[in-house]
Amino acid sequence: MDNEAIIKSTGSRIDEEVEGGIWSKFVYVWRLLYRDKAGMLGLAMFLIVVATAVFSPVLSPYDPLKQDLMAAKQPPAWSEKGTMAHILGTDNLGRDMLSRIIYGSRVSLTVGFFGVLIACSLGMTIGLISGYIGGRVDSFIMGGVNMILALPYLVFVVFIASILGRSLFNVILIFGFTNIPIFARITRGEVLRLRESGFVESALSIGATRTRILYSHILPNLLGPLITIATFEMSGMIFYEAGLGFLGLSVPPSTPSWGNMLASGRQYLTIYPWIATFPGLAIVFTGLGMNLFGDWLRDVLDPRLRRTKR
Amino acid sequence: MQRYILSRLIQSFIMLVGVLFIVFFMLQLTGDPVALMVSRNASPEQVEELREELGFNRPVMVQFADFVSKAVRGDFGMSLRHHQPAMELILERLPATVELASMALLFAMVVGIPLGLLGGSNPGSIWDTLARGAGLIGQTIPNFWLALILIMVFAVGLGWFPSFGRETRQFMGLALPTKSVILPAFALGLFTMGQLVRFTRSAVLEIKNEDFVRTAYSKGLADRRIYIKHILRNAAIPLISILGVQFGYLLSGSIYIETIFSWPGLGNLLAESIGNRDFALVQAIAFFTSLVVVSLNLTADIAYGMADPRIRYGE
Repeated sequence: MDNEAIIKSTGSRIDEEVEGGIWSKFVYVWRLLYRDKAGMLGLAMFLIVVATAVFSPVLSPYDPLKQDLMAAKQPPAWSEKGTMAHILGTDNLGRDMLSRIIYGSRVSLTVGFFGVLIACSLGMTIGLISGYIGGRVDSFIMGGVNMILALPYLVFVVFIASILGRSLFNVILIFGFTNIPIFARITRGEVLRLRESGFVESALSIGATRTRILYSHILPNLLGPLITIATFEMSGMIFYEAGLGFLGLSVPPSTPSWGNMLASGRQYLTIYPWIATFPGLAIVFTGLGMNLFGDWLRDVLDPRLRRTKR
Repeated sequence: MQRYILSRLIQSFIMLVGVLFIVFFMLQLTGDPVALMVSRNASPEQVEELREELGFNRPVMVQFADFVSKAVRGDFGMSLRHHQPAMELILERLPATVELASMALLFAMVVGIPLGLLGGSNPGSIWDTLARGAGLIGQTIPNFWLALILIMVFAVGLGWFPSFGRETRQFMGLALPTKSVILPAFALGLFTMGQLVRFTRSAVLEIKNEDFVRTAYSKGLADRRIYIKHILRNAAIPLISILGVQFGYLLSGSIYIETIFSWPGLGNLLAESIGNRDFALVQAIAFFTSLVVVSLNLTADIAYGMADPRIRYGE
């Protein structure tokens, strides 16, 4: 059963369909997910990457930094000259590819997670202020937000990265701060929509305070759209981090990261193609998982989609 | 409509002033822009000399005023590496980037829009599966990796295309693209193709449920006519602004592709100048690409306004 069918059959109005608190909503969403094969697959793929990052020391057969020039440039196990000792082969310095890919997931997920955390918390705050106060404050903030969103993103990210220098901390800061506007714009839009909604009006009419409306009506309803955007943004950050690494602008060259591996693999593209192939596959795997899951989340949680499907 | 255009013009102008501000102050982020530009083993005297030469010993606000007054005349200073005005270098490299971005957009439109239409009009069919797959692939395959794989398979392995560089054929004074553009344009355009598929598909799905489509059906109009007159025309309006944004993305986002294919365009120049710590050139490229993107968005918005009667007659 595909997403649209589920949405049609359920009406997809989670807040209308489900009585009760957050927990029953969670159970309801989980049941929907269980019925959607693509979303489930995406979640599983993402969880595999997370588990890989958490258990890197246990899972990787070698030290990702250990060089063994005697065993350098070994092809993967299934090719003629490959050995089972290095299943995915070794790179130009004899480091085990599989171990480096496993450890590389840590860099990607750290950048994605903390980048989204910074962007989402600051962006949400800015969006709430903008949407809730309105008026001049709103047009000033949104003017700035739209301006930043209209700039050529990659050019500026590369520019900032080249000035700040290579470190994990800097990369997180760059992605965290450059993605604030997206979260601010989404939050503001949602706040405006929610402010006009029936349940906020009724809460106002029975004398609820602004703070109460914010905490018990607006914030919980922001959760869905923000989680959806966070999923896509995180996969975007993982891409861009690898891209920066590819240009030699992300984490220091000694750190095993997918982008750094691609950069070194590029130099040996014609003779040792596996060095560039496998880290790319890891990026595709992660991105595919997050996008499948994100698409499903959007279908279920996005209010605009709910409106058009009803 | 005039008011709409005027307000968008003012907005764009403010944005460009903001861009100048960002581009200038970004270099000051580390505190000392000169330290960024010299090599690590430069003597303090050499650093001072360069500081003097580039005017970085003046107060920041004076520097900024000088920077802006020169920038509006297209003067971003000399490239430290090429000993040539930065703007001149940019204009030299521009045709290659425009060629690559246009071919990428062409590929994305020719494949993406029809696929999105077919998928959206027959949900659940094989076309729909294809469309959704194409949308997902465009979003999940990083173009820098795809470029490497394309070189491995089609340039090195099969030898169908050159693995790097740009060749053009002269025809009546025009430099026409040759097959050297095919691999880079495909790698660059795949993401946009996916975006167009997704957008067209969901636009068709949404418009199909509108009241006026139901009315058209109940009037007994033929399917073909409804698709062409009602669904396509309404989907085409937002598509205009999507295309504007995507073309801006393609023009400014070709850093990886141009580097990998040694394509002599702006993205390549940017990567090169970052490697050389040639920051006058980096600033110039950042401003120039922003200028292009902002003007494209403006053009798309005006075109959108003209096409959409709600904006044309509104306000």
